Amino acid sequence: MVDTVTNQPAARASSAPRPPGARRASAARLRALIRRYRLAPYLLLLPSMAAIGLVLLWPVVQVGLYSFQNYGLAQTDGAAPTQWTGLSNFTATFADSEFWLSLRITVLFAVAAVTLTLLTGTLVGLLLHHLGRLMAAFVGTAALLAWATPPVSASVLFYWLFNPDGGLVDWSLARLPHWLVGSTNWAGFNWTTSGALPAYAVATVLVVWQGFPFIAVSVLAGLKTVPAELLEAARVDGAGAWQGFRKITYPLLKPIFLVLLLLSVIWDFNVFTQTYLLTGGLGNRDEFNLSLYLYDKAFTFPPSYGLGGALALILTIILLIITVGYVRASVRQGALT
Amino acid sequence: MTSLTALRGIPRPSARTRARTARKTKKFTLNGCGVLVALLTLFPIFWMVSTAFKPSQEIYSLTPHLLPAHPTLGNFSAVMSGQASGIGSVWLFFRNSLVVTVSTVVLASLVSLLASVAVARFRFRFRASYLIMLLIVQMIPGQALVIALFLDFNRIGLLQSLPGLVLVYSAQALPVSIWMLRNFVATVPRELEEAAAVDGAGALRIFWRILFPLVAPGLIATSIFSFITAYNEFIVALTFLGQAHSDYTLPIYVTYFFNRGGAQWGPIMAASTLYTIPVVAFFLLVQRRMTSGLVAGAVKG
Repeated sequence: MVDTVTNQPAARASSAPRPPGARRASAARLRALIRRYRLAPYLLLLPSMAAIGLVLLWPVVQVGLYSFQNYGLAQTDGAAPTQWTGLSNFTATFADSEFWLSLRITVLFAVAAVTLTLLTGTLVGLLLHHLGRLMAAFVGTAALLAWATPPVSASVLFYWLFNPDGGLVDWSLARLPHWLVGSTNWAGFNWTTSGALPAYAVATVLVVWQGFPFIAVSVLAGLKTVPAELLEAARVDGAGAWQGFRKITYPLLKPIFLVLLLLSVIWDFNVFTQTYLLTGGLGNRDEFNLSLYLYDKAFTFPPSYGLGGALALILTIILLIITVGYVRASVRQGALT
Repeated sequence: MTSLTALRGIPRPSARTRARTARKTKKFTLNGCGVLVALLTLFPIFWMVSTAFKPSQEIYSLTPHLLPAHPTLGNFSAVMSGQASGIGSVWLFFRNSLVVTVSTVVLASLVSLLASVAVARFRFRFRASYLIMLLIVQMIPGQALVIALFLDFNRIGLLQSLPGLVLVYSAQALPVSIWMLRNFVATVPRELEEAAAVDGAGALRIFWRILFPLVAPGLIATSIFSFITAYNEFIVALTFLGQAHSDYTLPIYVTYFFNRGGAQWGPIMAASTLYTIPVVAFFLLVQRRMTSGLVAGAVKG
């Protein structure tokens, strides 16, 4: 190796020009090394592992650590030392009635939204399967548009539809007979500030509207794999449409339904964008779901990253438990091959 | 045996006509349901666009009209001039979103292609663990990540910046992209690569000249996914960008606009419409572009 410039730092010496033969030889040696130890797959995985590790895995570890610390504004400024506080963040969380309210809202909303999304999606999927080509394309395109609308646009749009001043829904409800829509004075009814029930009713409609197309398309793809002869045979034997679905289609599509169910639960359990916008930023504390409660604890002044971390850990653990079900369902379907 | 209908003197419809009527009724009902579903689904979007074209006295009129009686471009021009939002023209935020999404798509495609080659072409230890890790990691909610990411990126000075967002979005797009791409890589026949190797092509050349064009349909599919991830992402951008108005991406711009209040539904709907158009157009465009016919052609040719 030749050092051409004497005052060059030692670290750069290795990159100094070498005779071309030596470089080629070391490249060949490197290649031989990769082949000998079968390093190629690991090298190919390196960039993805670095990105996933730094942006997705390490933060979870950090959040896990914060949840046992008194991490807040003073600690980020360096004004006060970070201290381990044991389980105090968790006990504080479990003692807070707002936490339990937000958990209840989250669970009830997930149950309602998942049920309605799956039901609507399956029905539309069946409908698409039985429609003529042109009509199916029309309905499919309409569903695609709802699916493609960005969540922020959709939330703002539904907020406007359900707005007390000039919103179309209140206007229509006020004009429908009372026996149909109840005796509430719908004109000027404020859906987003009248407590959790109306706000999450709007959120449910919104989430179902955006979520059913994915279910419908997946169910449709599954329906295409069901052999027509099976259903034909059942019909010859006198089975009706419902029996045909229950006894033949449903069992065959069960793995798809399982994955769709788990995915929907995961999505609807940690919905943030829609509820953040529909409930007016972080303005209505009695309308927080778990995600909003977490975000409020972590970022609303004075920030408490410890409390936020504890909640993030709780949310992640709940989701991981559901995810294990998802992974097992996927693996059983042969996703790893 | 004489049937009752025959006794009454009404001609009994033959089995054939009855079946035909039943089929017609069924078809009619199905199509009716189809039209209903399509209209209900389209209505919110229609209302957004319709509101965007209405002058404000029509928007707040006591009797709402489906279509604007006097359509106006005023809402759009207020959005484009930046006068309605007070933080800049919508084009500024379009530019930010474009920079972020394009960078994310390029970065995520490149990294996931490398990883999917590893997973689809090699059998190695930890392969199954890596795949399961991807499945699990994609489920970690943004709300859980954003706290630590906020503090980390604050420390390294990437908080109120577009590159910071690109980094996060690329990583978030990877698990699904790799998961999707590996199937496409697996369908590229090995014989093609082996033939090229016999002809003396190096690994890099095989990668660029053979594998890359053949998995292009797969790359389009994963690009759509990363495009949508980056274009729609909300919570990280909301947290990272804070008061850095000039770095706002479109969703954060619409949110800022929305939170400002002041009954600006016309301009807000105009901004939402503009924000929605690219992604909807993109969806419609690529709807039936996924074709793997390329591979079959390559082997035969």
